[in-house]
Amino acid sequence: MKRILFTQIQGNSTGYIALLGWLGAFVAAALGAVYFMEHNGHYVTGMNNQIVWGMPHVFAVFLIVAASGALNIASISSVFGRVMYKPLGRLSTLLSLALLAGGLMVLVLDLGRPDRLDVAMMKYNFKSIFAWNIYLYTGFFAVVGVYMWMMMERRMNRYTKIAGTVAFIWRLALTTGTGSIFGFLVARQAYDAAIMAPMFIIMSFSFGLAIFILVLMAVSNGTGRPLGDVLIAKMKNLLGVFVAAVLYFAVVQHLTNLYATEHHGVEAFILSDGGIYTGLFWFGQILIGGLLPLALLYHPTTGKDRMMIALAAAMVVIGGMAQVYVIIIGGQAYPLSIFPGYEVSSSFYDGIVGSYSPSLPEVVLGLGGVATTLLIVAIAIKALPFLPATLADADIDPHYVEPEPEPEPEEADSDDEGEEAAEAA
Amino acid sequence: MSDTTFNAARRRLLAGTAALAGISVAPGIRLISTAEAAVSGPASAKNRWGLLIDSNKCDAGCTECVTACKTEQGWTGNDRPESDPQWIRKVNLKDNKTGATASLPVMCQHCEHPPCVDVCPTGASMKREDGIVLVDKHICIGCRYCMMACPYKARSFVHEDVHNQKQHMPRGKGTVESCTLCVHRVDAGGTPACVEACTEKAGRDAMVFGDLNDPASEISKKLAKHVTTRLRADLGLEPGVHYSGI
Ligand code: SF4
Repeated sequence: MKRILFTQIQGNSTGYIALLGWLGAFVAAALGAVYFMEHNGHYVTGMNNQIVWGMPHVFAVFLIVAASGALNIASISSVFGRVMYKPLGRLSTLLSLALLAGGLMVLVLDLGRPDRLDVAMMKYNFKSIFAWNIYLYTGFFAVVGVYMWMMMERRMNRYTKIAGTVAFIWRLALTTGTGSIFGFLVARQAYDAAIMAPMFIIMSFSFGLAIFILVLMAVSNGTGRPLGDVLIAKMKNLLGVFVAAVLYFAVVQHLTNLYATEHHGVEAFILSDGGIYTGLFWFGQILIGGLLPLALLYHPTTGKDRMMIALAAAMVVIGGMAQVYVIIIGGQAYPLSIFPGYEVSSSFYDGIVGSYSPSLPEVVLGLGGVATTLLIVAIAIKALPFLPATLADADIDPHYVEPEPEPEPEEADSDDEGEEAAEAA
Repeated sequence: MSDTTFNAARRRLLAGTAALAGISVAPGIRLISTAEAAVSGPASAKNRWGLLIDSNKCDAGCTECVTACKTEQGWTGNDRPESDPQWIRKVNLKDNKTGATASLPVMCQHCEHPPCVDVCPTGASMKREDGIVLVDKHICIGCRYCMMACPYKARSFVHEDVHNQKQHMPRGKGTVESCTLCVHRVDAGGTPACVEACTEKAGRDAMVFGDLNDPASEISKKLAKHVTTRLRADLGLEPGVHYSGI
């Protein structure tokens, strides 16, 4: 099997510059939106005292969940020893860090007092899952950063497995923490379920891999690097498994809730009479995010078509956003049950489904988080050798059939400026 | 609210009201002591302040407690009911089966085990030794996790600039607030404004305030005599507010 050569992208094409310009413009617009919201106060958003977490939280939670999932590809090679994924490890860690950065940016900028971030960093209430998450997130940057370095620095390569294992465990903890933000909310009918944490982990697998596939296809296309069919087929099969698992968890989540009479109200709300939330659940989460991509990925024809695989991955992303929207906003819209058995009314919207429609600044802030993620990736792949020069099957598939199979991998030796070699096995 | 007003309010607070004199309690909370602290004494675990609300005496048409709270604490809104704060509200109930109706005020229930305090990342949401649950507006980052955690919808996020702040009650855009059980009055030996208004303005006597730890207090005697309810008692949060008649 051949040695894998990692190279930077040249990054002087008009397309690349234009991409940076667009992404930069989105980030700038997001900062403008933040200024607008913080200056006027949150009343200019769609949020209110009934729905206190809005669109920015949907983006932030989605990105943070996807961040840990994007690390999967690296874990599969370092922790589970799948040689074929090894050339993708660097990009996987990079994307993972970039997604987390984008998500946290949105989360922090939507605080009522983002200027008090220092307070959040200095004062901890150790009973708060939010406070643990601050550790989990900062720790993730450190752990994955070290892991990335072990992969990229040849002398450190032998520690890759141990660093990868630590990162893998950390990411499980991180997603558990994110899921628990909701799982521990005893007050709300829609949350307060232990299944939230494992469900978030499986969601992270799926969303993270879908984004990884899209980014990988985009950079391969954009930089003219070959991308082999075998690799694509492996990743799309894996995505199919994850998508099916997310569906399975959604079924279990709702079935267990349906079993408990006290949850019938909220279940009926999400599943049948919740208006937009019901629509997002069935059409967004289940159909676009689940059944259709599964069909595309496993159909004998579309399952071999790259455009269709990309479409399926994009659908997983859209369906994932819908799922997070239903969990976060739908869960809040359903009224609290303070007086079970009574019909309630008040000046404070007791007993009434909360109303929320995302405002433009909130959406712009969320998209700014996505743009931040992509901007980080775009700049990083120009600055450092994250991308393998080729991902053609002949170069990375250990089972690739050639007339004369290559001998054992050799030690890497090239150390040119901007180019770096790593062994493929 | 602009930072300047907020800081001015903060200075006023630090300079000498007894409003938050007792915030020297929960671990990890910044100590704010004032001259007046000596007068009223710090919050003590000897007391457990609470309310008893008799919905039989309350009337659906009466909102004196709400008005009194607004006036006392200055949370009048901007005619945007969805985002304006409400520290106390009147809830009207109708029994689904029998059709019987009741009306009662709902505010922060000052739980013994407040979920808002558990989830707050900075410790801004805290419970005093005497059971009063407060938000330290100086370290609240406005994450609103406490609002997600509260089973009573007792908290409000300040969605816009605030005006006409009261000396004893610094408020700030971007932070969360809720009923303080009129801690400034309690620390000076008084009763909350809502309770006072219910008796004096409405003449209904539907609310009793007192020390749940003192067996000789009016509230303790009443609680010992009649069965009362606590909202969402199933959650085991042990609210300091009791209701009778529902
Ligand atoms: S909004 Fe303020 S008081 Fe509430 S949890 Fe967040 S930091 Fe704590």
